[in-house]
Amino acid sequence: MTVEVGTELPGISVRLKRDDLVRYAGASLDFNPIHWNEKTAKDVGLPDVIAHGMLTMAVASRIVAEWIGDPGAIVEYGCRFGRPVVVPNDDEGALVEVTAKVTKDFEDGTVKVNINAAFDGKSVLTGAFARVRVG
Amino acid sequence: MPLDPSFIGRSYPPSQPYDVSREKIREFADAIGATSPAYRDAEAAKALGHRDVIAPPTFAIVVSMKTNETVMFDPELKLDYSRVVHGDQSFTHHRPITAGDQLVSVAHIDAVTSRMGNDMITVRTEISTVDGELVTTAKSMLVVRGEDA
Repeated sequence: MTVEVGTELPGISVRLKRDDLVRYAGASLDFNPIHWNEKTAKDVGLPDVIAHGMLTMAVASRIVAEWIGDPGAIVEYGCRFGRPVVVPNDDEGALVEVTAKVTKDFEDGTVKVNINAAFDGKSVLTGAFARVRVG
Repeated sequence: MPLDPSFIGRSYPPSQPYDVSREKIREFADAIGATSPAYRDAEAAKALGHRDVIAPPTFAIVVSMKTNETVMFDPELKLDYSRVVHGDQSFTHHRPITAGDQLVSVAHIDAVTSRMGNDMITVRTEISTVDGELVTTAKSMLVVRGEDA
């Protein structure tokens, strides 16, 4: 497929609630209690339980996978963890809004996609990008 | 106490093989809300040119976990795990991790730096099949918060 630099990917919104954090803990085997135990989270100075950075990173990857169709086309994926996603113990949870844009054509059949994941109006992943095979 | 920069370049012994199963991939895909048929349906994955169902791009973190724990809990490194924050993460997929793979992880310490009272350690994990085919390179940068930070 032909992909032009500047193409914006269809955005996604993901609501993360406490049960999502517990499910990810089980699936990823990351049982750090700051992701499910309010007391532990507050003891280490966090406002409340926070989502695993790796869960936010995984959720953000969906914008690329859903756009490209074959998730195996994602040949590189990276980010820095800028801010935590705080997940209260209620029915609303935390809303993570993901947007992405093609920013570079490497001219080897791959393009660079810059990804932004925002929570509470602020970016939570810094410099998130994927290199995606399009040809 | 700051981390010892002489650990740069250290490699750890290969992990026991990790058997990638369709069920674990499905469980992981469910946990991240990913709907791609390539994660769940072998026929759909084959139609895309894969041998079997493939894993989401961040699944390698599960495969490399045991190896990374060997580094974090290396008694000689003296890393205070209770002060560790995940700084950044990247994956380079030489090909997608696929159900049926038997994967071995080898961890290497690429960098140890200190800045403003915090230590940063970069661990590169090379994930290969038991036959030696390189599948994924994962890099994790961990921040060890200083006592006063």
